[in-house]
Amino acid sequence: MTLALSINGRIRQVQAGLSDTLLTVLRDQLLLTAAKRGCNQGVCGACTVLIDGRPQRACLSLAANCEGAAITTLEGLQRDASMARLQKAFAATGAVQCGFCTPGVLVSAHALLSHNADPRTDEIRAGLSGNLCRCSGYRKIVDAVAEAAKEAKP
Amino acid sequence: MSATAKAVGAALPRAEVREKVEGRAQYIADLYRPGMLHGAVLGSPHAHARIKRYDTSEALAVPGVHAVLTGDDFGDHRMGAFVKDEHAIAKGKVRYVGEPVAAVAAETEAAAKLAARLVSVEYEELPAILSPEAALAPDAAIIHEDVASYFKVFDTGSTANVCSRTSLTEGDAAAWDRCDVIVEGRFATQPQAHVSLEPCGALAEPDATGRVTLWSANQSVFRVQANVSESLGLPMAQLRCLTPRVGAGFGNKMEPHIQPIAVKLALATGRPVKLILTREEDFEIVRARHPFKLRVRTGALKDGTLVAREVEVLLDGGAYADDSPGVLGYSLFMSPGPYRFRYMKASGTLVYTNKLRFGAFRGFGNPQVSFAGEQQIDEIAARLGLDPLAVREKSMLRPGDKWFGGAEVGSNGLEECIARVKAASGWAKRAELEPSAPGRKRAMAAACTAHISGLLATGAIVRMLEDGSIVLNTGAVDIGQGSDTALTQICAEALKVPIERVRLASPDTDGSPYNWGTTASRVTYTTGRAVVAAALEVEKQIKQHASEMLECDAADLELRPGGRVGIVGVPDKAVSFFEVSARAHWARGGPIIGHNSLVFEKPSVDPKRAIAVGLPFPQIGAFAFGALVVDIEIDETTGKIEVKRAWSAADVGRAINPLAVEGQLEGAFVQGMGLALNEEMVWDGPRLANPTLMDYKVPTTLDSPHEIHSIIVEAPEPDGPFGAKGVGEIGINVVPAAIANAAAIALGKRFNALPLTPERVLRAMLGK
Ligand code: FES
Ligand code: FES
Repeated sequence: MTLALSINGRIRQVQAGLSDTLLTVLRDQLLLTAAKRGCNQGVCGACTVLIDGRPQRACLSLAANCEGAAITTLEGLQRDASMARLQKAFAATGAVQCGFCTPGVLVSAHALLSHNADPRTDEIRAGLSGNLCRCSGYRKIVDAVAEAAKEAKP
Repeated sequence: MSATAKAVGAALPRAEVREKVEGRAQYIADLYRPGMLHGAVLGSPHAHARIKRYDTSEALAVPGVHAVLTGDDFGDHRMGAFVKDEHAIAKGKVRYVGEPVAAVAAETEAAAKLAARLVSVEYEELPAILSPEAALAPDAAIIHEDVASYFKVFDTGSTANVCSRTSLTEGDAAAWDRCDVIVEGRFATQPQAHVSLEPCGALAEPDATGRVTLWSANQSVFRVQANVSESLGLPMAQLRCLTPRVGAGFGNKMEPHIQPIAVKLALATGRPVKLILTREEDFEIVRARHPFKLRVRTGALKDGTLVAREVEVLLDGGAYADDSPGVLGYSLFMSPGPYRFRYMKASGTLVYTNKLRFGAFRGFGNPQVSFAGEQQIDEIAARLGLDPLAVREKSMLRPGDKWFGGAEVGSNGLEECIARVKAASGWAKRAELEPSAPGRKRAMAAACTAHISGLLATGAIVRMLEDGSIVLNTGAVDIGQGSDTALTQICAEALKVPIERVRLASPDTDGSPYNWGTTASRVTYTTGRAVVAAALEVEKQIKQHASEMLECDAADLELRPGGRVGIVGVPDKAVSFFEVSARAHWARGGPIIGHNSLVFEKPSVDPKRAIAVGLPFPQIGAFAFGALVVDIEIDETTGKIEVKRAWSAADVGRAINPLAVEGQLEGAFVQGMGLALNEEMVWDGPRLANPTLMDYKVPTTLDSPHEIHSIIVEAPEPDGPFGAKGVGEIGINVVPAAIANAAAIALGKRFNALPLTPERVLRAMLGK
């Protein structure tokens, strides 16, 4: 069937079967590959995107259910000031190693900061607990989010 | 950075970080080629069976299917790093559940997966061997009937289900008689899954001449090339292996996974074929950390001086040898830990079983032997009423001491590692630590380690382009740990140019010098040496040109920061690299290219000191050292262990990039914590019971302490690049041991088996 999905502020026509996930449509049809497939089972968080502003697992969301929702991927946040601060902090603190988890972590962190501009360390840890990273040990990721929040303060 | 800042030692963000934070980095699953087909495999339902016949007709009838391949389509070619015992796809027999038996290429992933399921295979089941003890039983079914005839890199008399044996002995066993205290125990460790967040995959594309370009998730484009060539019977030159970004490798991507099958599908269809494993397949068919069974005995004098140790290991290698003979040999080699023993004997047996391959995994056997050895040192300290770190300090290897077997140790910063973790953790006051709440027990404990960085061959090519900028080509794959950045820093430092003037060529078997791989904590140390030497070649050529241009002796010239070369003591007599390179390209001498090749050459064993049988690495590497202190708390109701704080010190020789070094220590710590506390691959009969991230839990932010303190110690390695040694693995080695030591202090009870799950801890507390 043909779906009209709102992705990063544009309406995109895609062909999708009933069981096709948003992740499959994003990656295989639209070549929006920032969202990664780490498990396809909703555990690793590498596929995290924003659906109506809330972080969601694209691998668990059926594309057909996403019509009418505003979908934002990391590609769509390149001009976002909060994301820019996160990106800068992630680079400077060494929070990125292989980078496979990074797009999902950044989207989750962005969502976290959008409703809690000044999170404590334990709030950052809780906010990112759905994103696995096998490389970093998390400390630098948590520090990077704190750093980005600090940067945002006037 | 500015032209004058030092490149080496700078905490620079990694070279490719922009593309990674913008989501533009391309990993294997992100690559698409025109006309590309998708591949899928069918896994064996049996752990051990003979394949009687295949029926592919239903699979071929699925719309969009281009090829269905089975073992019959593959020649009798075998691959293997140590023992050539493995076909590209099961042929004649299957040896573990999930082993690929058929492969499909189709227009869509869905069609490929459907068709793979429709291949029907008739089996004759054989008894499944699911433990090393069962493999050694006198009447055990034989997993590799032809083991004696397989080609082996070193032959250690494999028979029946025994794949290899290794032993290493030094000193006089009479040393046991002098011991005042002897502790002895049996230990067992569990299989751990690598879980690099990116599942393994490959994309193969044939060209009109029959050459194949192969991208894959890998730790060495050259090992990919060798394995595909061996297992398909193709000349190496028919393959060009490249790498996209790699979503981490911890040993799992060093040797082959699905690449040979992807190449075969591409050749069969004449089309590009992409084959990405699902997470479940990645768990079931790639490889995992070896479960060890150990018997260890350690003896000491009353004053705590270590005297003698014996280590006996039984290793489950799984269905194919893969890196197992290496892991066995290396674990024995490292089994004394960084201490002096008067007598040391280590021996082990590696056997085949009907499980997936166990292979390389960060630490390479060291965490398993350390789990036993480092606990026994604490036991000795407890028996003698001594400070466990004081016992270690008394017998630790000191500068000038050799390793077990007689290998020369270059620099040795162990003493400082211990001093620094003691100071940072407040070790002297550890007895005063209070639990954070009632019903909890708290304890601090330590462990020490060493690790090699080195092994085998590497090369580097440094080219100066017409504008004086530099392209560095090493063939070393950056698997996320940051070697691209570190090697760039080394090159920039050697040539005194701003870091932005050096760019790294992506590994390419057609154009890069050979690099054995990103493994054995080796790239910074080994490849870094080649980069320094190749840059020196370039420096020589630059100076030759400049001496002619400035009409002076080359010996009077110096490189100046920012890409200039000038006469020593004469500030205004200088030419730029641009001028030099332009002259080389257009007038004299030809392009400036520096090259260096090396293989690690120092012997592992001195035959006058030790007897080695079947030791796989005759020339092993430089030694890095480490010390770890952990502060843990145990919930007495649930049995859950929480690591509150950790201090991980490593002697890395020289931190080329301190940020990246910390990243390695922190990441290794948390991966080690997973091994210590909860990760375990569990088999339900012949089948892996938890091949998903729901059932196999890796640490999340909430499980990981925020207080992981990395402590960088720098005892420069005489032949390391700017003194550097490796750091990739050392941070994981003694995490389980240190946590187990702390648990023993907290509960008065030793743990001889991993992981220290709440259930195991509760049982220990209840005395069951
Ligand atoms: S791929 Fe969606 S959560 Fe892992
Ligand atoms: S950086 Fe590799 S998984 Fe997070």
